[in-house]
Amino acid sequence: MIRWDVIQGNLPLIGTKLLEHLALTLVAVVGGLVISGIAVVLIRDRPRIVALVTGFFSIVYTIPSLALLAFLVPLTHLTFVTAEIALVGYTLFILTRNLLAGLASVPRDALEAADGMGYGRARRLWQVELPLALPLIMAGIRIATVTTIGLVMVTALIGFGGLGQVMLRGYNFRNDTLVLVGFVLTVALGLIADLGLGWLGRAITPWSRARAG
Amino acid sequence: MVARAGRLMEFVGLVVTWFLDPAHWSGTNGVPWRVGEHLVMSGLAVLIGVAIAMPAGLAIGHTGRGEQIATAVAGLGRAVPSYALLILFVPLFGLGFSSALPALILLAIPPVLVNTVAGIRGVDADTVEAGRGMGMTEREVLVDVELPAALPAIALGLRTSAVQVVATATLVALVAGGGLGRYIVDGFALRQDDRLFAGALLVGVLAVGTDRVFSWAQQRFERRAGRPTRDALCPPVLGGSAPA
Repeated sequence: MIRWDVIQGNLPLIGTKLLEHLALTLVAVVGGLVISGIAVVLIRDRPRIVALVTGFFSIVYTIPSLALLAFLVPLTHLTFVTAEIALVGYTLFILTRNLLAGLASVPRDALEAADGMGYGRARRLWQVELPLALPLIMAGIRIATVTTIGLVMVTALIGFGGLGQVMLRGYNFRNDTLVLVGFVLTVALGLIADLGLGWLGRAITPWSRARAG
Repeated sequence: MVARAGRLMEFVGLVVTWFLDPAHWSGTNGVPWRVGEHLVMSGLAVLIGVAIAMPAGLAIGHTGRGEQIATAVAGLGRAVPSYALLILFVPLFGLGFSSALPALILLAIPPVLVNTVAGIRGVDADTVEAGRGMGMTEREVLVDVELPAALPAIALGLRTSAVQVVATATLVALVAGGGLGRYIVDGFALRQDDRLFAGALLVGVLAVGTDRVFSWAQQRFERRAGRPTRDALCPPVLGGSAPA
């Protein structure tokens, strides 16, 4: 079933699409992190706005990717921007949820100690809350990344898609080898991201190891 | 600005006209038929998925054996994209429904399995022991003590599963299958933005509607149990169910 000559002949395509897959994922996760980070800092003290915003993000999260792309195409056409709006849109629910849960997990004592030492709001957030919220934030980044790696494939429909494009080409030309290569590489990418970011999360928060087990 | 607003109004008009056209409401490419296809396909996949995942989850939860298997299934479920699974199955099972059904069933399994296991494991150990002390058989302990207490968690798993399957059933149109994805895929191919947008609207409403219906059912179970449930597949720490 696997034809090695097909793999060899398509190595440039596979390499390019693998890089495209990584680039689409990276932009989406970083973009999502910036947007959800700013949103959370701005709204965290207003529970009703938090409920409104997370409710909106959860509805976006529920909309099937194909439909979300279809909503966007008449507005932003078959562009990189369309692909990224959709991909970023899906990360927002995961990232805001974990950012809020992370900040909520900071012990009151730590906050009061910081206030007692005369920390301002920004300094308290940056030097006390963020490090203590890091395990949950890292967990969110990990889930958002793995999810995005899967969703990138669907953007093949508007001409992007990374490895999804390799699979689509295999499907269109009845080339089972390309289908299999696209599948194996995507799953491998997802598993590597899952394990790698899990390891990174534990490595940069050594104090949480005892707690998380 | 005025020109932009004009174009937008024109587009909204096009979509409304699409929905009002009687031709779009009859035959095998009409809205009722496509909605039916979508729901039958999704319903069948969820039913078969639950028939596999729930007994397995009950067994794993009750005996405590094989929990690593459940964890591994959850991890794989996240890492394997539904789109990839669907296309992978075409060379194996053929186009359309015959590839769609196995792919959708595989997608339906992890949320139900993981939440069933977590629900059963979460039942108060003293209550289970009390049941045994009263002379209940293992089967009675499972059915009369553990299962009722785990129902909210199982309902949550069912909800996640159903929403994911309904969303992914949209992609089935990519492998020459039916369902509401048909309008989106054809809309893209024929560059008909009104059909594209109408299809997206129908799919979006169906997905959000499915979530609302199952969420209502889940909340009823929760109220009876007197406590909220946390998604074992999707707590903030793990985060889990992926959009499709």
